[in-house]
Amino acid sequence: MFFEDSVLMSRLLTFLTLGFHVIFATVGVGIPIMISIAEGIGIKKKDPHYTLLARRWTRGLTITVAVGVVTGTAIGLQLSLLWPSFMKVAGNVISLPLFMEVFAFFFEAIFLGAYLYTWDRFKNPIYHWLLSIPVVIGSTLSAFFITTVNAFMNAPQGFETEGDKLIAVDPFAAMFNPATPTKVAHVISSSYLTSAAILATIAAFIMLVRKSTIYHKKALKLTVAATFIFAVATAVAGDSSAKYLAEYQPEKLAAGEWHFETEKNADLIIFGTLNENNEVENAIRIPGALSFLAHGDFNALVEGLNETPEDERPPLWIHYMFDFMVMIGFYLVGISFLFLIFWKMKRWNEYNRWLLTGLAAVGPLAMLAIEFGWIFAEVGRQPWILRGFMTVAEGATTSPHVGLMFLLFLGLYIVLGTGCLVVLRKIFKNNPAELELESRYPHVKESDKE
Amino acid sequence: MSYEYIGITVLWLFLYGYLIVASIDFGAGFFAYYAKLTKQDHIINKLISRYLSPVWEVTNVFFVFFFVGLVGFFPDTAYYFGQSLLVPGSIAIVLLAIRGSFYAFESYGSKDNHVYMFLYGATGLLIPASLATAMTISEGGFIEETANGVHLMIGKLLTSPYSWSVVLLAIVSVLYISSTFLTYYAHRADDEPALAIVRKYALFWSSPTIIASLTTFIALSQHNFDHFQKAIELWWIFGLSVAFFMIGLFLIYQGKYYGWAFLAVMFQFFFAFFGYGASHLPYIIKPFVTITSGATNETMGITLIIAFIGGLLLLVPSLIMLLRMFLFDADYVQGKK
Repeated sequence: MFFEDSVLMSRLLTFLTLGFHVIFATVGVGIPIMISIAEGIGIKKKDPHYTLLARRWTRGLTITVAVGVVTGTAIGLQLSLLWPSFMKVAGNVISLPLFMEVFAFFFEAIFLGAYLYTWDRFKNPIYHWLLSIPVVIGSTLSAFFITTVNAFMNAPQGFETEGDKLIAVDPFAAMFNPATPTKVAHVISSSYLTSAAILATIAAFIMLVRKSTIYHKKALKLTVAATFIFAVATAVAGDSSAKYLAEYQPEKLAAGEWHFETEKNADLIIFGTLNENNEVENAIRIPGALSFLAHGDFNALVEGLNETPEDERPPLWIHYMFDFMVMIGFYLVGISFLFLIFWKMKRWNEYNRWLLTGLAAVGPLAMLAIEFGWIFAEVGRQPWILRGFMTVAEGATTSPHVGLMFLLFLGLYIVLGTGCLVVLRKIFKNNPAELELESRYPHVKESDKE
Repeated sequence: MSYEYIGITVLWLFLYGYLIVASIDFGAGFFAYYAKLTKQDHIINKLISRYLSPVWEVTNVFFVFFFVGLVGFFPDTAYYFGQSLLVPGSIAIVLLAIRGSFYAFESYGSKDNHVYMFLYGATGLLIPASLATAMTISEGGFIEETANGVHLMIGKLLTSPYSWSVVLLAIVSVLYISSTFLTYYAHRADDEPALAIVRKYALFWSSPTIIASLTTFIALSQHNFDHFQKAIELWWIFGLSVAFFMIGLFLIYQGKYYGWAFLAVMFQFFFAFFGYGASHLPYIIKPFVTITSGATNETMGITLIIAFIGGLLLLVPSLIMLLRMFLFDADYVQGKK
């Protein structure tokens, strides 16, 4: 039974932990920058609405950061518990960014604690805002460091092998491998994007089900504008990731795009199905678009999957993961752009129900895109854990108890997920923004609000 | 000093840091729940939560530092600990996760929820017990290497007097460190009623601490005589530890200089911990990993040490800032801010 297969179960348990952790890690990286922006605008415009936004977002953030911290600890330990042979090798080459990631997180945690408890402690609010800067830097740096580790798994370098010993280790070459620039850009921009989108969803949702106050309108404008900017940045970073793949990991791109034969002017295949001869059916084809995506030239040569030995090919279903991710990306750019146009065109009402409904979906969709993109990245590396050097089967533990641990952690994440939702609901439901605005800033009158 | 020794010293310092801050936190959770049961929570729980709220995440990071650093400096430990600790390690993760998140849920979300408080209190004692397993198996005799990899002999672990004496020592130490810190903190806050309670806890847990330490020594001599003998050679370090224990206890008993008393407790554990660590060498995990066989290559070792120094230059000022804001700011401690 598959439950006894320690390699498969190790993969599943890692999938479970990371799939859950990535939600909290993403908002942990992205929300601080949104808080910093909102508080900054609040101080500059002397507008308590924005300050209140920053305050309320911070309160939500602390809950998600708590879950992010504990699940991050879990994956940190699980790396060694589930992949001991991999960590034995990786520890020799890539432990520098792992170590620095902890520093970055430590830095963030210290300032987050300080930020959280000092809202009314300074006479000049600028000092409190300044505390948000190290939080932003710390969270973004931890994303940077941990992503270099993943980049290393895709494009290992910075060492030589001699038998099963590693020699001539260069920690910086390992950290700054060819996958690092595009991967880091894509991870950080998409974290910012997803966080802005989630906050936009909250504002749009409240405006749909309750009344639209000035507070929520301001929140929506800020978050949707941020969503648009970050969505464009994510698209650019995603495009360069594809160009990276074409050059360094052609098999991942080829499997993701169902591109079997090496050819010039390669078509981009969108969705579709495969028949028993591995021929593509029912797909939308954009002529030459894959060549353009891979090399910026419609006539460029794109390596097909047939060049890769059969036992080193990733599974083909990752095609759908890629397509879902990209589709959501386009939707996020489109809908946020639409809102901005409606907003700037004075005659149109940017708060109409259709647009709000479309915007209420951006947060969950962006998070789904993160999950799809991450599955694409990880499964697309199969069968390797360290591309070209070690397969997942060689890296996994041989302990017979992984299946049981899977159930244990499944239970844990159900408890944590439920607890997190219940507490977030409680915090905000019993204390809506309008009430808090009145009690904290009684001098703000309805008339000053626009 | 070669980079392996610098590495293990740095890691040991982190683990010592974790031992102190985590003990304060674990014990405080237990005392908060105990106070609730004995209906004294209105006296001491405010004090406890004022200290814990800003620092709980920092506590966790000390631990992460330790194990990430361990894998970095001594990658072989990832293999042996990873293979053998899957079950106890996973249990520890689950407890840590429940504790950390439910603390946040309780303190930012729903106040005074009985279940949350219970989880927070219970995990505070179970976590040190489960983490102590790693220490125990590093003594050797509990893991075997077969053709199919490395495995933990769970039955042997659960029936060993040494393993249980370590668990006991871990738990009472947590309670002792925590109660002496809270005594100092209550004193700083000028909170006389709370001081009276936590001081009683501190006095109560002092003798079990020293008894458990002695029991562990005796059990060690049965389990790993070599290690025991090396520890005896370092008798003066353990002697200093006992001396500081006496000083700390005396000061708390006198009811004066609680700050110095807590410092003495910190020194008591510092010497005991470093004495234990020094006599443990050259083995990291007996007999599989020694400090020289298990160490990473020199380039990585030196890079990590430089990164570590750079990181400390950044962190120490930030930590001091945090402490000044919350721990040593008399107004904050007294609840005026």
